[in-house]
Amino acid sequence: MKSFKLASVSALSLAAATFASSAQAEDLTLCWAAWDPANALVELSKEFEAQSGHNMSFEFIPWPNFADRMLNELNSGGKLCDLLIGDSQWIGGGAENGHYVKLNGFFDAEGIAMSDFADATVYAYSTWPKGTPNYYALPAMGDANGWFYRKDWFARDDIKAAFKDATGRDLAEPKSQTELLEIAQFFQGREIDGKTVYGASIFTERGSEGITMGVTSALYPWGFKYENTPGSYDMEGAVNSPEAVEALEFYKEFYETATPPGYTNSYMGESLDAFKSGQVAMAMNWFAFFPGLYADPNTGGENIDFFVNPPQNQAGSTLGGQGISVVAYSDKQDAALEYIKWFADPDVQAKWWELGGYSAHNSVLNDPGFKDSAPFAGDFLEAMGSVQDFWQEPAYAELLLAMQKRLHDYVVADQGTAKEALDKLVEDWIEVFEDEGKL
Amino acid sequence: MSDTPVTRAASATPQRVARKIRGLSDRAIAWIFVGPTIFLLLAINIFPLIWTIRLSFTNFKANRNRPVEWIGTRNYERILTDSDIWLNMQATAHFLFWTIFFQVLIGFTLAYLINKKFKGNDLWTTIIVLPMMLSPAVVGNFWKFLYQPQIGLFNYVVSFLSGKDPSSFEMLGSVQLAPWSIVIVDTWMWTPFVMLICLAGLRSIPDYIYEAAEVDRASKLRQFFTITVPMVLPFLMLAVLFRGIENFKMFDLVVQLTGGGPGSTTELTSINLKREAFEKWRTGYASAYAIILFVTVFGLASIYVKALNKVKER
Repeated sequence: MKSFKLASVSALSLAAATFASSAQAEDLTLCWAAWDPANALVELSKEFEAQSGHNMSFEFIPWPNFADRMLNELNSGGKLCDLLIGDSQWIGGGAENGHYVKLNGFFDAEGIAMSDFADATVYAYSTWPKGTPNYYALPAMGDANGWFYRKDWFARDDIKAAFKDATGRDLAEPKSQTELLEIAQFFQGREIDGKTVYGASIFTERGSEGITMGVTSALYPWGFKYENTPGSYDMEGAVNSPEAVEALEFYKEFYETATPPGYTNSYMGESLDAFKSGQVAMAMNWFAFFPGLYADPNTGGENIDFFVNPPQNQAGSTLGGQGISVVAYSDKQDAALEYIKWFADPDVQAKWWELGGYSAHNSVLNDPGFKDSAPFAGDFLEAMGSVQDFWQEPAYAELLLAMQKRLHDYVVADQGTAKEALDKLVEDWIEVFEDEGKL
Repeated sequence: MSDTPVTRAASATPQRVARKIRGLSDRAIAWIFVGPTIFLLLAINIFPLIWTIRLSFTNFKANRNRPVEWIGTRNYERILTDSDIWLNMQATAHFLFWTIFFQVLIGFTLAYLINKKFKGNDLWTTIIVLPMMLSPAVVGNFWKFLYQPQIGLFNYVVSFLSGKDPSSFEMLGSVQLAPWSIVIVDTWMWTPFVMLICLAGLRSIPDYIYEAAEVDRASKLRQFFTITVPMVLPFLMLAVLFRGIENFKMFDLVVQLTGGGPGSTTELTSINLKREAFEKWRTGYASAYAIILFVTVFGLASIYVKALNKVKER
């Protein structure tokens, strides 16, 4: 019997191997940003290579150039990428300009159900027009902007006592944006172990998307809306509402009173550097970096903890993360779809989370052990429950660059008022939508 | 027949080719030689220019699949009435004026000093020209560290000289200081170029002119203003032309240093144009913008070259 089983397994293996080698082995290129999760994906994809016989190559672009490089690639009909893990905001352009393959037929044929993935991620990473069942990507990497802090400093008796003296309350993870600012201001310029430290590192970058991602982390908890009525492009009174003005003034105050000197153009890298070098008590960054931060031998482990972006008038976090799409100009679409099918498998998704990627699959997120699987897992779930994203329109780059300019002019260059900045932003956005023929 | 390079070349030409060439007129042969160059010039310079002019009257976006509409002069009107673009123009003019001013002043002074014979003259010349041999990307990153308020050497030097706290001011993050920070870096990098051109001018002045002036008992100051300055002036004007054209297109150094910030304080026209063309993908609008900049540079350069020729004729 034993020898029969062995023979059967051998025969099956032989058949599988014959089948695999008879299907054409392709060299697939997957394009993404160069960051920690990308390394995890390389590791994960080895399994796909072994199973399918295809070879995987990777093109990882540093974040500041990622959008520029990839959008140029798509716009020129380039064949560099067969698979692209593109930013959520690109989905509109990807769909309308024909850069991404529509996946509905493929999903139906392969039995891949979008209901297996977290609703917020399907809405944000996969659908265009927004919320309709037209899918151009599979949710690949859930992400949101969160916070991390020096747990060891927060636990020190002398610092706790000084905080209590200064504010009348206990030093703990902030429960609101104003508490967050208060803690950051408390640490600003404080001497700890003979070294001057600062409150927090926040996003102020001008060139790509940094300051917009930072400011929206304040705008959303204040109740910011892009339109009065969704889909109407009616922005007057929404984008420049009193709550939005208050939130923007808050962010400017944060920048001026609670950040290290010289952080006038800082984004992900600078935030990580400031924290790892022991300059700041807290820092904002994407959840994607949290596994790496936790593993850091100096500032990680017992010295670090994490919290979700604090609420103010409501809970709200800035959405990060991406979906994986098949590039319409690829000559290897069949092999690329094979990869998507493999990646959607619940076992692969579980391994993806294990390696440091943020799976958006419900089987992973709803697992009873998920919250305790990492110190930031519970915060991630909470954040994903209240995420908001930037415009995902085909003209998103114009909308984003206008916001970058108006916000940087006000927050960093100290020009005009918050109201004026948001009023000008509304004017810019109206002009963009008029050019688009949507207004 | 004597053995010369010409006769050797003629005898090396295959008979078949030689027969064909013999049947061509001088004008035809001239066209054969000039033709490829003219073709390349038309293909690489003239055709794109005409195409850009055409695009500048449309709403074309290179990243969109939609019909292109002819919108007349709307792009030009929008650009010329946009206050933000005028601020970019002002930032460019500020950068252009002060970089040229300092580079000419320091470059000429250095050239004047280097021209004096002294020990270690060659070594100093080599050291001074080093910055212009570096890549602008390297220089940008290097100065970014120097300007860092917490660890930057620049702030410490200023602090040492002024007694101010080094982290109390931010060269790249302050609206007042950022435009000057890029002027300082460009001056550091390109003053040697101006110096070399001035040095060439100074070394082209024959010694006998100074000897004649000495005989006439002209003072050193008089010699400087009546001999040195007028004879170096054409070289200096050439250096100004080169630096002016280069700095009008300045992009890499400023992107590395400030990215156009804080706000839009150091967003020069070239950076703004790149954002319009390749980040916002407003191709028609960016084409109009490029044409306006081209006309501006071309116009100013033409006037300047005429002035330069007049100076040379004197």
